[in-house]
Amino acid sequence: MTSERAPEPVTAAANPPLQPLASNLLPSDVIRVSATSDVPAPERHLTEVAKLIDVSKCIGCKACQSACIEWNDTHPDIEENVGVYENPHDLTPDMFTLMRFTEYENPVTNEFEWLIRKDGCMHCADPGCLKACPAPGAIVQYSNGIVDFISDNCIGCGYCIAGCPFNIPRVSKTAHVSKKCTLCSDRVAVGQGPACAKACPTKAISFGTKEAMVELASERVEDLKSRGYDHAGLYDPQGVGGTHVMYVLHHADQPSLYAGLPDDPQISPVVRGWKGPAKTVGLAVAGLAAAGAVLHGIFARPNEVTAHEEGEAEDLVEDHDQRHGDREA
Amino acid sequence: MTEERVYSAPGDKIETKHPVTVNRYRGYTRLNHWVTAACMIVLLISGLSLFHPSLFFLTDIFGGGQTTRWLHPIVGLVLVASFLLLFAQMWKLNLPRREDVEWSRKIGDLLQGNEENLPELGKYNAGQKVVFWGMSGLIVVLVTTGVMIWEQYFPHLVSIPARRIAVAVHSLAAIFTILIFIVHVYAAIWTRGTIRAMTRGTVTGGWAFRHHRKWLRELAGRQRSDPSK
Repeated sequence: MTSERAPEPVTAAANPPLQPLASNLLPSDVIRVSATSDVPAPERHLTEVAKLIDVSKCIGCKACQSACIEWNDTHPDIEENVGVYENPHDLTPDMFTLMRFTEYENPVTNEFEWLIRKDGCMHCADPGCLKACPAPGAIVQYSNGIVDFISDNCIGCGYCIAGCPFNIPRVSKTAHVSKKCTLCSDRVAVGQGPACAKACPTKAISFGTKEAMVELASERVEDLKSRGYDHAGLYDPQGVGGTHVMYVLHHADQPSLYAGLPDDPQISPVVRGWKGPAKTVGLAVAGLAAAGAVLHGIFARPNEVTAHEEGEAEDLVEDHDQRHGDREA
Repeated sequence: MTEERVYSAPGDKIETKHPVTVNRYRGYTRLNHWVTAACMIVLLISGLSLFHPSLFFLTDIFGGGQTTRWLHPIVGLVLVASFLLLFAQMWKLNLPRREDVEWSRKIGDLLQGNEENLPELGKYNAGQKVVFWGMSGLIVVLVTTGVMIWEQYFPHLVSIPARRIAVAVHSLAAIFTILIFIVHVYAAIWTRGTIRAMTRGTVTGGWAFRHHRKWLRELAGRQRSDPSK
């Protein structure tokens, strides 16, 4: 029987229990739903989870990508080698996570640094994709922090792409739905950590409660600082309310070194304006204009042609005829 | 010898004299107008359904969100093509003229039913010209920004920051389009005798005398000098 609910996962390292467990990530755990304002308050609040990616430990092996492909059963195209390490060339609807490689000449130490960042959805506390989405229920946020795309409700418009501060969602050319990292919500639901974290051979990817991950990060940052990385730090950008995928960076003062990781990501004010006041005011203005026209139509006197004017028109036309006749005569 | 047309378009002519009826739009132009109108209505409904969550249910008319997302830009292109044809037929007579200034200043008289205080006009009044040029400009904005956010065929045409601006401008332009649409439709209803110009193609002489007297005068003057007669 699957009556017992799975525990909330606290690590990606544990193996699954042998007995089958029921999902512990329920529809009632949703705290935000795209294009929906009246989401019922959840009965319980799950512990917030997070993935911590320690860039300083990453060796660029792409085991995380392989694990992601395997777990999500996606089939990224085999592409041309164009002389870069990224493979595939970019995030795609079939590749939810991507190692991005940056060659950096550190001007302070004069040393060459190979910065490798595992790119993918950051699971923002304030998700821009969800804000931009016009389709009710296509994007949801669970109380544990996971932002998930529900393909059945997705219409493939690509507004999430405009909303995302990190350039993550990709719309499938065949299924016409938007795709991205789910933080393995289907694994988390049954007490397991994300596939990428489980596969990582150097433990550059950790998974657990957000609290535990912040703590782990501070240990790592301390260690890095003791080794001369004075600007090491945690990337948990507050501009989007913090994220549920965080990085330990050796150069936390310059996130953009890492293949353009935004220094201060936030939902664009343009998107906020478009999805905030513009919608309400726009609809109100259009509604008022329509109502005004209807009221005017009911209460105001119509602009009607009089019989006198019909006569005037006949005279006018006749006049012209006559004048013409005079000229001809 | 045919007098040069200043206030009228080819095809405009006095149809009957007792009572006077005037041909305002040829069948071809009327068809062109209604194709454009049908596109516009589909675009407004499908666009509004994606503009505000409370209107998302309107996507059901088109068979769901996916179809609506696909259909909207296609119909947009049909509208652009159709509107271009209308534009080619109407732009000249919609150029601003001296009398438009006075007409606009006295628009209060028009609304109060004192149209006799307003100057004589050609085929279009200043309000109609605003609708014409407003629509023309907005359609250019809408198609430009629309292509920029057309995920299915142009996903990488512009950068993401540009796309954000495009989608916001598209929504804003759509609101203005709705306002002009309302003005256009309501003005045609309020000004009795107007709609038949786009259905049967003719208006009464009185209508032409009241609203577009210079246009009527020109057509009356051209009557017998028409070489085709």
